Amino acid sequence: MKEKLQKIKEEAMNRIAASDDLTKLNDVRVAVLGKKGELTAVLKSMKDVLPEERPAFGQLVNEVRSEIEDKLENAKKALEAKELELRLQNEVIDVTLPAKKNKVGHRHPNTIALEEVERIFIGMGYEVVEGPEVELDYYNFEALNIPANHPAKDEQDTFYINNEIVLRTQTSPVQVREMEKGKLPIRMIAPGRVFRADEVDATHSPSFHQIEGLVIDKHITFSDLKGTLEEFARELFGPDTKVKFRPHHFPFTEPSAEMDVTCFKCGGKGCRFCKGEGWIEILGCGMVHPRVLRMSGIDPEEYSGFAFGVGLERIALLKYEIDDMRLLYENDDRFLKQF
Amino acid sequence: MNTSLAWIKALVPGLSVTEQEYMDAMTLSGSKVEGYKKLDADLDKIVIGQIKGIKPHPDADKLIICQVDVGAGENIQIVTGAPNVSEGDKVPVVLEGGRVAGGHDGNLTPGGIKIKKGKLRGVESCGMMCSIEELGSARDFYPEAPEYGIYIFEPDAKVGSDAIEALGLHDAVFEYEITSNRVDCFAVLGIAREAAATFHKEFKPPVVTKTGNDEDVNDYIKVTVKDHELCSRYTARVVKNIHLAPSPKWMQHRLSAQGIRPINNLVDITNYVMLEYGQPMHAYDLDTIAGKEIIVRRASADETFVTLDGQERKLDESVLMICDADKPVGIAGIMGGENSMITDNVKTMLFEAACFDGTNIRLSSKKIGLRTDASSIFEKGLDPNNAMEAMDRACQLIEELGAGEVVGGAVDIYPVKKEGRRIPFEPEKYNRLLGTEISKEDMLSYFKRLELGYDEASNELLIPSWRQDLECDADIAEEVARFFGYDNIPTTLPNGEATTGKLSFKLRIEEVARDIAEFCGFSQGMCYSFESPKVFDKLLIPEDSDLRKTVTISNPLGEDFSIMRTISLNGMLTSLSTNYNRRNKDVRLYELGNIYLPKQVPVTELPEERMQFTLGMYGEGDFFTLKGVVEEFLTKIGMHEKIEYDPNAGKPYLHPGRQANISYASKVIGYIGEVHPTVASNYAIKDRVYVAVLDMPEIVSQASFDRKYQGIAKFPAATRDISMVVPRNILAGDIEKVFDSKGGAYLESYKLFDIYEGTQIRLGYKSLAYSLTFRGKEKNLEEADITGAMDKILKELEGMGIELRK
Repeated sequence: MKEKLQKIKEEAMNRIAASDDLTKLNDVRVAVLGKKGELTAVLKSMKDVLPEERPAFGQLVNEVRSEIEDKLENAKKALEAKELELRLQNEVIDVTLPAKKNKVGHRHPNTIALEEVERIFIGMGYEVVEGPEVELDYYNFEALNIPANHPAKDEQDTFYINNEIVLRTQTSPVQVREMEKGKLPIRMIAPGRVFRADEVDATHSPSFHQIEGLVIDKHITFSDLKGTLEEFARELFGPDTKVKFRPHHFPFTEPSAEMDVTCFKCGGKGCRFCKGEGWIEILGCGMVHPRVLRMSGIDPEEYSGFAFGVGLERIALLKYEIDDMRLLYENDDRFLKQF
Repeated sequence: MNTSLAWIKALVPGLSVTEQEYMDAMTLSGSKVEGYKKLDADLDKIVIGQIKGIKPHPDADKLIICQVDVGAGENIQIVTGAPNVSEGDKVPVVLEGGRVAGGHDGNLTPGGIKIKKGKLRGVESCGMMCSIEELGSARDFYPEAPEYGIYIFEPDAKVGSDAIEALGLHDAVFEYEITSNRVDCFAVLGIAREAAATFHKEFKPPVVTKTGNDEDVNDYIKVTVKDHELCSRYTARVVKNIHLAPSPKWMQHRLSAQGIRPINNLVDITNYVMLEYGQPMHAYDLDTIAGKEIIVRRASADETFVTLDGQERKLDESVLMICDADKPVGIAGIMGGENSMITDNVKTMLFEAACFDGTNIRLSSKKIGLRTDASSIFEKGLDPNNAMEAMDRACQLIEELGAGEVVGGAVDIYPVKKEGRRIPFEPEKYNRLLGTEISKEDMLSYFKRLELGYDEASNELLIPSWRQDLECDADIAEEVARFFGYDNIPTTLPNGEATTGKLSFKLRIEEVARDIAEFCGFSQGMCYSFESPKVFDKLLIPEDSDLRKTVTISNPLGEDFSIMRTISLNGMLTSLSTNYNRRNKDVRLYELGNIYLPKQVPVTELPEERMQFTLGMYGEGDFFTLKGVVEEFLTKIGMHEKIEYDPNAGKPYLHPGRQANISYASKVIGYIGEVHPTVASNYAIKDRVYVAVLDMPEIVSQASFDRKYQGIAKFPAATRDISMVVPRNILAGDIEKVFDSKGGAYLESYKLFDIYEGTQIRLGYKSLAYSLTFRGKEKNLEEADITGAMDKILKELEGMGIELRK
């Protein structure tokens, strides 16, 4: 009996070793351990064994069985691993084949720039407000300290509907409309479309966008203006950006300034982008002129404020290095897709 | 405004700065320098040489060999082709290794041209004699230079000395952007005053001395000003025995540096004083002035006048004229007349320096269509106190230059003298506005540099009349800030009451519109707000349509930009057309922009501006693709009610069988459709184009970001499919209305899963198949619950002539 067991074991071991796929391995299992298998047959013949030898024999059979089972299990694992290996090898793909894209649309570069500006100022507690694009001459000029026949009216090349109604040349009238509401303090930005009678070329468009900013409160100072806009410039152009304020003149602010930022291309060393100057002019700003406050019903002895105006296209052109303003209004898909 | 640095340095003798330092500091103190040009940037090692001997070249007819004394002991040999030199001439010589700015033809070479020792046809040449063009200038500015050939100096020029110096080219010209409030800085003296204040140096304006002979100007001319409002001051002097000649080199060089061509002593003096004082002057030939009388009056209606450029000008009562006893002799402040202009034969001259009303000059010059150097200065609004000073300065130069004999005395019609303002000095106010702690003493020291006076007794600042821009505390605060330095003002953040940063509800809805459009493959375009009235024809909009009532621009850039759009389609179709013609495939665009609807025509109040969300596409996708985008958007902004589509939208620009008004809660909120093939072809698009336009004000009024959670049903759903043969004219929407009204509380949703029209179905019919889903919120549905609802639906459908395919 023992010899027979030994023989079954040896044969089983050899057959397991010889099995080169899972089906063959299973055949071995059935042939040896199955209901009609050789080892099962041996167990069935236990009754022929002397009763005193049965425990030892039983143990022997179980040992053989578990040895074969272990061997089978190991062989199965090895074969499965081999098969997986083979499958993975066969499933190699060319990862450089073109992607299958979901066609997603793109925001206009102006909007991307605008949303960035809005995000910065909303974070500083500014409300985003709007005003009419076809505007009263009063709001566009007079209430901003630009009386009738003021040369600035000519400078801005205004489109007129009639004597009282114009296409707004700036977003500044929204300041006045907001101040007139009489709700103080004010922290607002007003983005929007403005119009000037400039012929279309690479750097001019008769229609473009500005973002106006206004803060009115007690004790607002020029240093607040500087701090706010410096913060804005760093957020928009990067933490290393430096700013420079130069005196300037606008009828509706006094003192007034223009703000330059260090060229974000060369960091201020001077390059072709900034025409060698290292600085790029980015916005006009100033303390709201007391006459403007008074006209809007705010007492300049009690309140002060600052205002600024940024050209949106200017930022978009600079940030995305777009060299021709006309591209912004052509809406060529190949252009828009880049943003 | 341009100035030469050499001229500024002459007025601010202590000024010793590089060009770059000057530019930076002036810009930071408020006189923005746009840039500068060094006149000697590309000139190097150029001295005055004298030609000692000339021999012909043995091998070239057109060349000569010159021996030139350059003050270095030994003569140098230079071969030249110049035709105009002779022995003894003193000429500019570029020594070996030196540089010139360009060629004879006046074309400049960036970086200059280096001159090396070389051989010309075998003969050694150690340098070059040069023309004015090679020195980077032109005959316009050096009228004595020959038309072709080497520049020749005056006989008294010093051999071996710096030729660039002698030509006044060691200079740099600065270009400023002067703001309109600083009228005083449109003059060299104004800039020099700013430079002196900026660099803390002494400002030395010219000392104007008394001029004139023993005669009395009133014996020569009588002046009457009839309109003092338009002419606040009129000064006049007379110069006799005029001797026209070239002006001296120093004056020519200063004019040249600023780009003004020297002509003769009289013209040059006028230009010089205009630059120096910012006061335009005019000279009349006194012998042409009838009655020896000047009358300043307004023109009469339809008066015509020939200006000195020979053009006849039409005038009206708003234009101020300078007239003599019989006739007009000049348009005040704009241009003199042909009839009184200075000619080479002038004997006696009437000199005018006046102050005209800036606004009037600007409007007149616009009306006449003539803008001159003088008018562009007058229109800024000049300081009348400057006029007499400029006049006396001009007469001083006339005497100094020997240009004529100045008659004693001056006419000065100046009824209301303009006094400088007095403004209380309130240093704490300035500090409060600036956020600074600048001492009173520092402030007063800035003011002193700017020639603002201070009356200690009344604690008032005395503003000179040339600083018309200084009116209130804020203006004074700016002066303090400028000289304290904008850079030195601290940076702080406002620290008042906290405010909430936010977008308005409208802007939030627009943000969702952009997001959804982009998720669905639409890119954002931007279109002009103004367009041509011709677009209405392109869009097949009938003549009597309200859309043709527009807000019209009275001064447009051209007809193509003359009306404010009342419909957003033209912009979209133009953009799609651009893409189509550039062969871009499958283009999807959207735009958020206003249309402008007048409340009346012609416009008397602000029009209604309505934001339109316009979607347009061609290529991949169809009507229903676009419809899907619209619905995704409306769902996202909380518009969950049923959206209705009415095919009878009546849009002439859309395909008559493929258009619909979109309604929500029985209000039309927009339209959708395929663009009419004729319209598409008007935009040169040979493909089907689909558009949808949503009227944002309607949408914003119905949108909401409020959400309420609805319990998720735990009980299983049951579905029933129905397949129908439907008369063609019945819309799917009609059938869905039946589901909605008859489906009962358990009908959860329904979905069209098949639509067929064709040979399998008889003519005039279509086949539709829907899957209906029923679910109970509180119980497991029983068969009877579903059958009950289905029976009601089927009965209603049968009543509409719909056959059911069981």
